[in-house]
Amino acid sequence: MTLMRATSVTPLAPPEDPPAASRREQRREARASRPRSPGRMRGQRIGYLYVLPFFLVFGAFSIYPWLDTAWVSLHEVRLSTYDQQTWVGLGNYRDIFTNPFFWNAFRNTVTIGVISTVPQLCMALGIAHLLNYRLRGRTFFRVAILMPYATSLAAATVIFLELFDTKLGLVNWFLHVVHLPAVDWQGSKWPAQIAVSTIVTWRWTGYNTLIYLAGMQSIDSTLYEAAAVDGAGRWRQFVHVTLPGLRPTILFTIVVSTIGATQLFGEPLLYHNGKADGGTVGQYQTLGVLMYQQGWVNDRLGLASATAWTMFVIIVVAVAANLLFVRYRTRGALR
Amino acid sequence: MTLLTDAAPKVRARRPRDGAGKQRDGSRVTYLLVAVVTLVSVFPLYYTVVMASHTNAEMSSATPPWLPSTSFFGNVKKALELAPLNHGLLNSLIVSGAITAATVALCTLAGFAFAKLRFRGSAMLLGFCIATMMVPMQMGIIPLYMMMARLGLAGHLGAVILPMLCTAFGVFFMRQYISSAVPDELIEAGHIDGASSLRIFWSIVVPAVRPAMAVLAMLTFLTSWNDFFWPIIVLSSQNPTVQVSFQSLATGYAPQQSIIMAGTLYGTIPVLVVFGLLGRQIVGGIMEGAVKG
Repeated sequence: MTLMRATSVTPLAPPEDPPAASRREQRREARASRPRSPGRMRGQRIGYLYVLPFFLVFGAFSIYPWLDTAWVSLHEVRLSTYDQQTWVGLGNYRDIFTNPFFWNAFRNTVTIGVISTVPQLCMALGIAHLLNYRLRGRTFFRVAILMPYATSLAAATVIFLELFDTKLGLVNWFLHVVHLPAVDWQGSKWPAQIAVSTIVTWRWTGYNTLIYLAGMQSIDSTLYEAAAVDGAGRWRQFVHVTLPGLRPTILFTIVVSTIGATQLFGEPLLYHNGKADGGTVGQYQTLGVLMYQQGWVNDRLGLASATAWTMFVIIVVAVAANLLFVRYRTRGALR
Repeated sequence: MTLLTDAAPKVRARRPRDGAGKQRDGSRVTYLLVAVVTLVSVFPLYYTVVMASHTNAEMSSATPPWLPSTSFFGNVKKALELAPLNHGLLNSLIVSGAITAATVALCTLAGFAFAKLRFRGSAMLLGFCIATMMVPMQMGIIPLYMMMARLGLAGHLGAVILPMLCTAFGVFFMRQYISSAVPDELIEAGHIDGASSLRIFWSIVVPAVRPAMAVLAMLTFLTSWNDFFWPIIVLSSQNPTVQVSFQSLATGYAPQQSIIMAGTLYGTIPVLVVFGLLGRQIVGGIMEGAVKG
């Protein structure tokens, strides 16, 4: 039943009805006059058949839910009685933007996003530079730095929860050894957010390192030779050859990290022992956690849907801002 | 996400292989720094082994131990009483296996069409696919949850498998690989010989892109094995994936550090072993994907 509805909503399902005969005629003429690129097959429409299975599944379980979330966000819906939806218009959105919890979650998402992404990408760049030297056992090093990526976020969070334990954790033991005061890595705001960011950084630095390393290895080596002839030292080669060569790669990782940081959910939830209340001083309340709390703890699915759509808009704005900034910078550099 | 498509034409068919003369030798300092980085990466996992193999009393001593000890199996036994880890491991294997098989099949088919077949709107559809990578996972789960409840699947593995059967990333990944790895001439030749497009797909494209299918399979398996958000919403602690079962470990009454760590390690070992065996291929796959993407 739902499936049927889903596919009919999908705007991407290929058209079932053949287009009007006259239009088909026109197109055939256009096609005949257009030079055909070699290797491409005739019988164009067969292509729809190959993408159909993908778009059926994708439409039913991705696109349809996204659109339905928008619809639900205009209603008051409860978990137990999800078939009874009461129209509230934009009421849920008004609730969100006047709610201090939302703004707290928004600020936390930004701060945790910055302290988990910026050091992560900078370190990844540095490590990639190191791994770009000819090293004995380089495969071993590459696999080793990717181990955290293979560790699930649930396992990683449990592990770091023990390392950051206020009484028994290794981190505070180390601080004690170097005669620094113990830090409350759970209860106070900044330490807790730094701990959560550490988990993210630990898991993703290796992955981004490999992306940068791949980018570095595709930079034309004659550029380095030319720079060396011009008397550029290693640092200047890095700044004037490596970094410009990596520009698209860096942009790619920034965009992907931005998307990931906006959805941050599992780490703060599990680091707070699976509780969705956001912590005593709201330190764990990211947008993802807030959305989960609204939907599954406070039983307000409409409100949670509105938060989800707001997150999407935030991602689109953030990605667009990244792209515009880079374009602006590039133009500035060319001038 | 336009950068993905912008970067695509820059793929060089013959990239110089690693260490093919252009790289400088690493100095001692390089080795030292790389060793430190490797240690930091691996240390939390190593220390998990240390914590998991001591009793709780030993871990609470003033100077924490640095070497593994002998209590691991005893701790695992206690952890298994607290959380259904074995059940979780089996469920994760079923879920990830099904998702991986479906994703590779559907994404290879669609990737082939986007790379080598010309049909109206294909560029638009592909662009749409790429743009959807910006959608946060939060945006679909409420209708999905209702859908699974209506289908009577809430709490069942099917509810975890169905929504993950394919990814936009997979389509894009396969499309990029097929575009560059399968020469147009080969397909044209098959065409001249009168092979149908399905025959061309099966006998020419699939053999040529098997390495990419393997990489996509590994990445998909890893991602779905480690997925947490959707399983925790739709599954209960009675029928969990291994990630969900970790939660019962930590939230049991009187949680004990060593037992939690032993349980976590026990649930993570399978994927770490697989990673140890296939790590080289996974590294290669991520780097290939980076250059192609």
